[in-house]
Amino acid sequence: MSELRFTEDHEWLRAETDGSVTVGITAFAQDALGDVVFVQLPELQSYEKGAEAATVESVKAASGVYMPLDGEIVETNPALDANPELVNEDPLGQGWFFRFIPSNPDAVGQLLTQDAYDRLIKANAEA
Amino acid sequence: MTTELLKTPLNALHRERGAKMVEFAGYDMPVQYPAGVMKEHLHTRDQAGLFDVSHMGQILLSGPNAAKALETLVPVDIIDLPVGMQRYAMFTNDNGGILDDLMVANLGNDQLMLVVNAACKNEDLAHLQQHIGTQCEITPLFDERALLALQGPHAVTVLARLAPEVAKMTFMQYTSTKIDGINCYVSRSGYTGEDGYEISVPADKAEALARRLLAEPEVAPIGLGARDSLRLEAGLCLYGHDMDIDTTPIEASLLWAISKVRRADGARSGGFPGADAIFAQHQSGAARKRVGLLPQERTPVREGAEIVDAEGTTIGTVCSGGFGPTLSAPLAMGYVDARFTALETPVWAIVRGKKVRMHLTKMPFVPARYFRG
Repeated sequence: MSELRFTEDHEWLRAETDGSVTVGITAFAQDALGDVVFVQLPELQSYEKGAEAATVESVKAASGVYMPLDGEIVETNPALDANPELVNEDPLGQGWFFRFIPSNPDAVGQLLTQDAYDRLIKANAEA
Repeated sequence: MTTELLKTPLNALHRERGAKMVEFAGYDMPVQYPAGVMKEHLHTRDQAGLFDVSHMGQILLSGPNAAKALETLVPVDIIDLPVGMQRYAMFTNDNGGILDDLMVANLGNDQLMLVVNAACKNEDLAHLQQHIGTQCEITPLFDERALLALQGPHAVTVLARLAPEVAKMTFMQYTSTKIDGINCYVSRSGYTGEDGYEISVPADKAEALARRLLAEPEVAPIGLGARDSLRLEAGLCLYGHDMDIDTTPIEASLLWAISKVRRADGARSGGFPGADAIFAQHQSGAARKRVGLLPQERTPVREGAEIVDAEGTTIGTVCSGGFGPTLSAPLAMGYVDARFTALETPVWAIVRGKKVRMHLTKMPFVPARYFRG
């Protein structure tokens, strides 16, 4: 299991050994959203970077989850249909959203590192 | 440009309790505490929740003509509102549209206490001054008084510990009493569908009273997030969302709030703004009505979602929608064409481009548990 990468939209990515990349939302993001009550998962198809692939509905509001890189979604997390609260309880684990095959596998390594993401959160908090 | 947000007397307490603060009607208000909306909602239905609603406007009307004067602005029986009782009302305009909804309590001694919405309070005050300012004394208490709501099945137990006489009150009764030595006005009412109280307290004593109530084991602080999901499950309207200046009480399904004595065939018929329009609509039927909606999928259907019929023709709009923690399902209210308001009518909402089947339902979504004695 490789180290996590992050987007400015508060998604995390993890490159798996089979060439796929797992995507979820960060602990910061789930805390900001509040209690998640429904997740609209993406279709198994190609999405462009920045496209709204999934939607998270919390008690308060709906929020988009954006495709972090160009790629094809190959799997979604079946547990979220019955247990959307996993996004709150275990955002980096059982609360994952989908797996995709990036068009450019090297692009994952160019996303934010844990340190860079932590600095972003800190900067946002102080803004 | 940033505008300084207004603060209620409990602002520091909210922050101390770890609340997430948001702007609401110009105020810096707690949307939730660390427990979160879901737990706060369920705690209120299970035990007792304390809400800061001090942003709402309290206005005192006094003088021998106060009740008669107020009746010229609302389609509600104020003249015969008994001392020690509170009643729901709305200010209407000449078209029968709703300017605001409010609570009116008769304090006795020719005094009426009004509670109006935060976002409307300055306009409401101007409206009162313009129309009845010469007939009674109008005293805004926006800075002088705070308002707390203690809601839930254990609210009575908690408040009776500090003021035993409140246990005898029934729904919508209103009294002046001391709570923990503080002079308060207390009504047995609220905005959650639960039994409970609303407590008007001098601003400089509000924090002490809130701390005293929060010290009771049954009581948790509740934010605006859960206040919204609770009132939605109770089928109660939120001004600016479920009704506004372009909505009449008939369209808003609030005929019950128009007192019989003020209706077309009543003894004190009319005499409030828009009476003719409202009576005509009551007679002929409104073209659209507010209804309760239960989405048949797990996705919440939010405010603004289009409502369509089987052919996909637009027949209405969702005005409030979300997830009901007690219902454990999504729920919504919407305005639909009057031809589609029968309970068995199939309707759909458009959510992210897809049709979501909804059932029309009677409200409240969760049965009210008011204490009627």
